Amino acid sequence: MAGYILRRLVQSIVVMLAVGLIAFMMFRYIGDPVNQMVGVDTTPEQRAALRERLGLNDPMIVQYARYMWNAAQFKFGTSYQFKEPVAQLIASRLPATLELSIVSALFALLVGVPMGVYTGINRNSWLSKVFMTVSLVGISLPTFLIGILLIFVFSVHLHLLPSFGRGQVVDLGFWRTGLLTGSGLKALIMPAITLGLFQMTLIMRLVRSEMLEVLRTDYIKFARARGLSRRAINFSHALKNTLIPVITITGLQLGSIIAFAIITETVFQWPGMGLLFLQAVQNVDIPIMAAYLLLIAFLFVLINLVVDILYTVVDPRVRVDGGASA
Amino acid sequence: MRIMGLSLAAGVAVAVSAISPADSATLRWAFQGQLNALDPYTLNETFTLGQLGNVYEGLTRRGPDLEIEPALAESWEIIEPTRWRFHLRQGVKFHNGNDFNADDVVFSAERVQSQNSDLKTRLPGDVKVEKVDDHTVDFVLSQPNPILHYEWDTWYIMDKEWSEENGATEVVSASDRSDNRAAFETNGTGPYTIDSHEPGVRTVFKANPDWWDEIEGNIEEVVFTPISQDSTRVAALLSGEVDLVDPVPVQDVARVEQNPNTDALTGPELRTIFLGFNSMDDELSSSDIKGENPFKDARVRKALYQAIDIEAIKQKVMRGMSEPSALLISPLLYDRAGEFERHAYDPEAAMQLLEEAGYGDGFTVTMDCPNDRYVNDEAICQAVASMVAKIGVRIDLNAQPKAQYFGKVLATGGYDTDFYLLGWTPSSMDSYNIFANLSGCRDETGKGSPFNLGGWCNEKVDELAGQVLTENDPDKRNELIFEAFSIMHDEVSHIPLHQQSLAWGKSTKLDLVQRADNQVLFKWMTLSE
Amino acid sequence: MSETRQIAPDERRGILARSLDSDLLHSFLASKVTVLAAIVTAVFFLGALLAPLIAPHDPFDLRQISIMDSLVPPAWSDMGDPRFLLGTDDQGRDILSAIMYGARISLAVGFCSVILAAIIGITLGLVAGYVGGFTDTVIMRIADVQLTFPAILIALLINGSVHAVMDVTREQSAFWVLVVSIGLSFWVQYARTVRGSTLVERNREYVQAARVIGVHPIRIMIRHVLPNVMGPVLVIATINLALAIITEATLSFLGVGIPPTQPSLGTLIRIGQDFLFSGEWWITIFPGFALAALVLAVNLLGDWLRDALNPKLR
Repeated sequence: MAGYILRRLVQSIVVMLAVGLIAFMMFRYIGDPVNQMVGVDTTPEQRAALRERLGLNDPMIVQYARYMWNAAQFKFGTSYQFKEPVAQLIASRLPATLELSIVSALFALLVGVPMGVYTGINRNSWLSKVFMTVSLVGISLPTFLIGILLIFVFSVHLHLLPSFGRGQVVDLGFWRTGLLTGSGLKALIMPAITLGLFQMTLIMRLVRSEMLEVLRTDYIKFARARGLSRRAINFSHALKNTLIPVITITGLQLGSIIAFAIITETVFQWPGMGLLFLQAVQNVDIPIMAAYLLLIAFLFVLINLVVDILYTVVDPRVRVDGGASA
Repeated sequence: MRIMGLSLAAGVAVAVSAISPADSATLRWAFQGQLNALDPYTLNETFTLGQLGNVYEGLTRRGPDLEIEPALAESWEIIEPTRWRFHLRQGVKFHNGNDFNADDVVFSAERVQSQNSDLKTRLPGDVKVEKVDDHTVDFVLSQPNPILHYEWDTWYIMDKEWSEENGATEVVSASDRSDNRAAFETNGTGPYTIDSHEPGVRTVFKANPDWWDEIEGNIEEVVFTPISQDSTRVAALLSGEVDLVDPVPVQDVARVEQNPNTDALTGPELRTIFLGFNSMDDELSSSDIKGENPFKDARVRKALYQAIDIEAIKQKVMRGMSEPSALLISPLLYDRAGEFERHAYDPEAAMQLLEEAGYGDGFTVTMDCPNDRYVNDEAICQAVASMVAKIGVRIDLNAQPKAQYFGKVLATGGYDTDFYLLGWTPSSMDSYNIFANLSGCRDETGKGSPFNLGGWCNEKVDELAGQVLTENDPDKRNELIFEAFSIMHDEVSHIPLHQQSLAWGKSTKLDLVQRADNQVLFKWMTLSE
Repeated sequence: MSETRQIAPDERRGILARSLDSDLLHSFLASKVTVLAAIVTAVFFLGALLAPLIAPHDPFDLRQISIMDSLVPPAWSDMGDPRFLLGTDDQGRDILSAIMYGARISLAVGFCSVILAAIIGITLGLVAGYVGGFTDTVIMRIADVQLTFPAILIALLINGSVHAVMDVTREQSAFWVLVVSIGLSFWVQYARTVRGSTLVERNREYVQAARVIGVHPIRIMIRHVLPNVMGPVLVIATINLALAIITEATLSFLGVGIPPTQPSLGTLIRIGQDFLFSGEWWITIFPGFALAALVLAVNLLGDWLRDALNPKLR
């Protein structure tokens, strides 16, 4: 058991190093950071001097080693654009993204699961078909268009919801939250829906097909034969079996929600990490880009690791089976 | 200057029309880009310098019509052709309470000339700065220079003592690992202080009650937010969440004007958008014509010029929000610009010219274009591509974000372009800047005019430019400039397109002055109840 | 995105062989929504395929478009022009033709990236499942790394680096950048599914027997294992096609999509959204509607295919 966990830990570190290398190598080619740091009429000599000072002329492997060594100590360098330590920038933007991601994941779950259950149980009712089709609209329009249409309707025409930003935020010292003020909550509505719509569709369809599967198993048939009420079967037996994979998937999707937040944050000028990353790409701010990717990779590896270990604990068979193959 | 008179009138109207200005007001405003490091010498860029201009001041400043006014210097005189004497304003205090004096000017001069400074052009390296007494400073030049102080409105004076205490004697640079406070904090003498600054998120300015001059408006507090998406920014204005946005996309100007609570404020900008050719290499790497460079032939350049229907671009792409230009400089910045006329739009003549030059069947060429830098830059390039296609020049359009675009076409990318679109604002507001940067001969490394991306070269123009630099008599100087521009016009060194318009969107409750250099200055703003 | 994991591998036997079965046809015809979806999809495919023959204009030919024709509203409105049924965009392109040509590009991006993802995924999945051991571990860890990088990130990275490495313009590279980045971000699903089935198949007696008599492993994989996984692969591919088209549109918003000189549906929407507030709604709404209809139809077909191929749900 300990050996298995240790092996997975080592693998995770290798994964992180690999992500670091890929990210770093691509960044090296993505554009010229020097152009972004100076005005347009800076002379070539000044540019060359800056390049030298930034260490951009060192061999690639040296730059990579230097970067990973610093990253291990949470030193991600200084942002080219902001001249601020990247760790500090990310820490200040992280709460906005996490709040948005978690709220949109909750939205996706709270709407997606009931709709999935309903469509699973009442497979052929017309309402199910409406749900199924309408939910597809959520993945048939690009996110940015949904966001802009929402702004168009609810901000410009109805003046109901703010079109940008986080509203009033409360500083808790280590965390700046928008969840404690009215304007903060209002500002969260449209971005969370925009971001969560896709996941909601996914979850709804997943729950539906899990329900369909579970309802056909002998165990449910047996319960039915025992004369348990339909309701009891649906909720206490079927749904319970459905939820484990759903929660796993949602957990694993959290990483991709954070990545997709790039678009939502751009549309709504939400001051989170996604916006920071996109601006960093546009301005070739390598330290921010690298740190962001490492952070995403870290979150993902962490979630994966936890899920794997939990599985091992819950279901010892995975160890035997997975030991050979995973 | 005729058009700027309008905005001056708007500024003057403040006092008359704003019947019930609030005693003090908070301005919420949004720009497409972000305010990054606060060190006034780190980035030579209009927006950053404009915002910092609310906090810092130079020895001179520019008024609503861009006229040079005394600021931290009360007056100045040229006591010898190479020695300028500045008399400093007395009793001025920095925001932290320190006195402003000659030491600060000497310190700022050294700092702006130092290695990391991005504003070295503000003060030529060979200029010596001498303190005469606490309130008098001499600038000693190596040769006469009538426009020495033209860019000093954005050379901001910093406090020597404060900088020393805060590790800010050096300019904040990207490689900076030191604890240089000038990146996040400011200590100017200007009408506003920065209360809090979260780069990329928001910046709060507060009025400085101890400013030596009078704030004409009533803005006590300013909350600045960057909003990069055009539609989101316009939505924020239309829904009343912000009082001022810059820029309004040209297609939304009408919408902003129709909305009862908002106005669009437009005026010509100083930046000129133009096309340039690679006329330096012996072959265009992106063309199907091998062994020769069609752009070396002035007839080919003129053919492309005459194939472009600039009025159509103005009407359809810019929706009237541009002023077609025959020169690389705005008519606001050169008195005799009116004497030049664009080569007429004439596709027939253009085809004739191509025929004469031996390219009757046309040719292919790649055009480099930014897609997030200037107003509708990519749409302009597309329109140009479609127009020249009609005379047989087939363009592969390579439109990219500015980071990649500049990385390719500038000196650092080896001037890797055959045909490009660029915009240029002469920061000294003077024609010499054009010769020095855009039209002078250069070598492969960029020695000469570093932003002459296509390497067009004419020795006569270079010679005239040298004379322009040292000529003190304004009329003679204008004549020299005229001669140089005439050659560039006849030879079609570039294809000037237009000056794009400024387009700010504002709440009807807001009165302000819009200056052609696009600086957003709070001291002239009044927000009524 | 793991919608197929619930189909147990051993029930996928012979699915492909049955696909022409009357059962399948019956279930297809029984669902009106599916028939409608199939018709919509077919219309798009034909329109896209035959665009050069049937489109009223060629929106990619710069000599044919004129800026003076720009921003014309749809033909039925007061300012409309009968030449342009759905109006024109900011460059004077006919929207209807642009949609047909755009769908062509969107579908091409979709198909190419799905095929790329399927090839990578199936190969790696087969190898991982069949060979097992260290190879399997490495492949599945690569899959983990891959999942860290959603298509958006990959595209931003590849798009940035491709110009530095190769001397190509954005016009030339954009298509393949999209195909590669979307393809790379989708292969993991195939690999996981195929690996799962392969693990099961590997231990079956007939495979064991084939191995004993010395049949080459590649032959075993192709002849015996592969056919059994084609059903779920087909389902994933259909849904991925829809997802790829949407992803392409999303990427155009971030500036790494197909450039506007030869716009895809996504690019048309991205250009058009700038004109939403100014009243030129047709530039974005028609392409948006077309995109939604196409993606919806393909998704519905995928849905039906999944249910139909899952014998438990019959």
